[in-house]
Amino acid sequence: MPNDTTSAVIALAITLIGAPIIPGLAARTKAMMTGRRGSPIWQLYADLAKLGRRGVVYSTVTTWVFRLAPIVVLVATCVAASLVPLDGRKALLRFSGDAIAFAYLLALGRFATVLAALDTGSSFEGMGASREVTFASVVEPGVFVGLATLGVIARDSSLSVMLGGTALRTASAATAPSLVMVAMSLFALVLAECARVPVDDPATHLELTMVHEVMILDTSGPDLAMMLYANALKLGVFSAIIVDVLIAAPRAAGWVGAATGIAILLGGFAVVGIGIGIVESVMARLRLPKVPLYIAGGGALALFGLILVLR
Amino acid sequence: MTSLAQLTLLLVVLTDFAVLATSRLSACIRAIAFQGLLLGILPLLVHADVSVHAVGLAAGTAIIKAGILPWFLRRAIREAAVRREVEPLVGYMASTLLGSAALAIAFAVAHALPLHLVETDLLVPVALVTVMIGLIILITRTKAVTQVVGYLMLENGIYLFGLTQSERVPFLVEIGVLLDVFVGVFIMGIVVFHINREFDSISAARLTALRE
Repeated sequence: MPNDTTSAVIALAITLIGAPIIPGLAARTKAMMTGRRGSPIWQLYADLAKLGRRGVVYSTVTTWVFRLAPIVVLVATCVAASLVPLDGRKALLRFSGDAIAFAYLLALGRFATVLAALDTGSSFEGMGASREVTFASVVEPGVFVGLATLGVIARDSSLSVMLGGTALRTASAATAPSLVMVAMSLFALVLAECARVPVDDPATHLELTMVHEVMILDTSGPDLAMMLYANALKLGVFSAIIVDVLIAAPRAAGWVGAATGIAILLGGFAVVGIGIGIVESVMARLRLPKVPLYIAGGGALALFGLILVLR
Repeated sequence: MTSLAQLTLLLVVLTDFAVLATSRLSACIRAIAFQGLLLGILPLLVHADVSVHAVGLAAGTAIIKAGILPWFLRRAIREAAVRREVEPLVGYMASTLLGSAALAIAFAVAHALPLHLVETDLLVPVALVTVMIGLIILITRTKAVTQVVGYLMLENGIYLFGLTQSERVPFLVEIGVLLDVFVGVFIMGIVVFHINREFDSISAARLTALRE
C-alpha cells in the first residue's frame, strides 16, 4: 500500500520527466493537421540535452539578476508543481492556503524572467517584458477566480483538498456546470500563461510580435534549457489541474488508485498537448490589442463558474 | 430540470458573451443564430411532457430564430458591405466586464423575485442576464446590424423568461413567437432605413463639399 507521500513523489517524478512531451505533442498535432510529418514528439528532450551541453554566453551589460533568473524560474515552477495533487489524491507539499502560494510562485517565476529581460538592456526584451506583464495582470485574476471557485466548492483553500479531496467528487451533480466553466477558463488561460497560440506564437521569431520568446533572446545554453523546461513543466502542472477538475470520479486507495491517478495524469498531458495543437492549427495569433480581451473572456468563464457556485 | 437543460442554458450565456466580445458581424450573427437554436431546443428540455404543441413551438422558434432572421441579417451585411463594428461606444473589454457585472446582478436578483419557481432555478437568472446583455449591446453599439442583434438577444431573454411561465400560460410563449415575426419586420425596416440614411448622408456631404 503506498502512502500519500510515496504516490505524490511518484506523480511528481512522472510530471517532471513527462512534461516536455506536451509541447512535442502540440507541435506534432499541428504538423499532422497541416499535412506535414513534423518533428518527433520528444523534440524538446533533444533540445534540452543539446542546450545542456552548450556553454553559456553572458552579455557584458548583464548582472547577477540575469544569471539568477533561470534558476528562480525553474525552482519556483518545481515548488509550484509539488503543491498540486498531480495524481488527484494528495500533493507532496500541502498547507492551508497553498492555492495562493501556487499562483504567486508562478508569478515569482514570471517576475524573475521579466527582471532578467530588463537586465539585458535590450529594447526588444523590454518591450516583451512590458507585454508579458500587461497580459499577466489580466491572467492572474482569472486564475484566482478559478481557484476561488474550486475553493468555494471544497470549502478549503488548499489545492490538495480542492482537487484531491472528496468535495469535488461528491457534489458533482450540483457543481458540474461550474467545474466545466473553470476547466474551460483554465485551458484558455493556460494558453496565455504558457505563451501559446492565440496570445503568443512559439514558432515565430520576429521580435516585433514575440512576447515570451523575446524575453529569453539573450538567454543561452543551460539557462535557456531551464527556461524552456520550466515552461513545459508549467503546462504539465496546469494540465494536471484541468483533468483533476474535469474527471470527477474519485481515485481509489492503494496501488490501483495510484495507477489510475497516473494514467489520468498522462491522459491529461495528451489531451492538453493535442488540444493546444488543434487550437494552434485552427486559429491564428490574435492581434496584440485583442489579447487582453481574449484573456478577460477566459476570466469571465471562471467568474461565471464562481457565480454558479455562489448562487 | 435535467442537466441537459442546464447545459443548454449555460451555452445560452456563453453565446451572450460571444456576441458581446466579438467585433466581426458575421461571428455575431452566427452566435445569435446558435442561441436561437438553443432556445428552440429548450422548451422540450425544460418541460418533461412532449406534446404536439411543444414540438411545434420548438420547431417554429428554431426556424425563425436560427434560420430566417440570421439569413436576413447576413443578407443585410452583405448588401451594406459592413464587416465589423468599427467604433463601439464602449470598448469590447469594458463590455465584457459590464457583461460579467450583469451576470452577477442577474444571479443575485433572481432569488429576490417573487416567482413560484419549482425547478427552473437557472432559467430566471439566464433570462435576466440575456436581457441585460442585449440591452448593453443595444446601447453601446453604433452599427444598425449589431443593434438588431442586441434587440434579438433582448427578445430571446424575454422568451426565456416566458418559458418559466409557459406551463401555466402557453399563450405568453406564443405571443413571444409572434413578437419574433414583428422583429423580422422591424429588422427589415431598420436596416433598410439605416442604410438608406447612411448613403444619403454621405452623398449629401459630398454635395455640400461641391457647393463650397
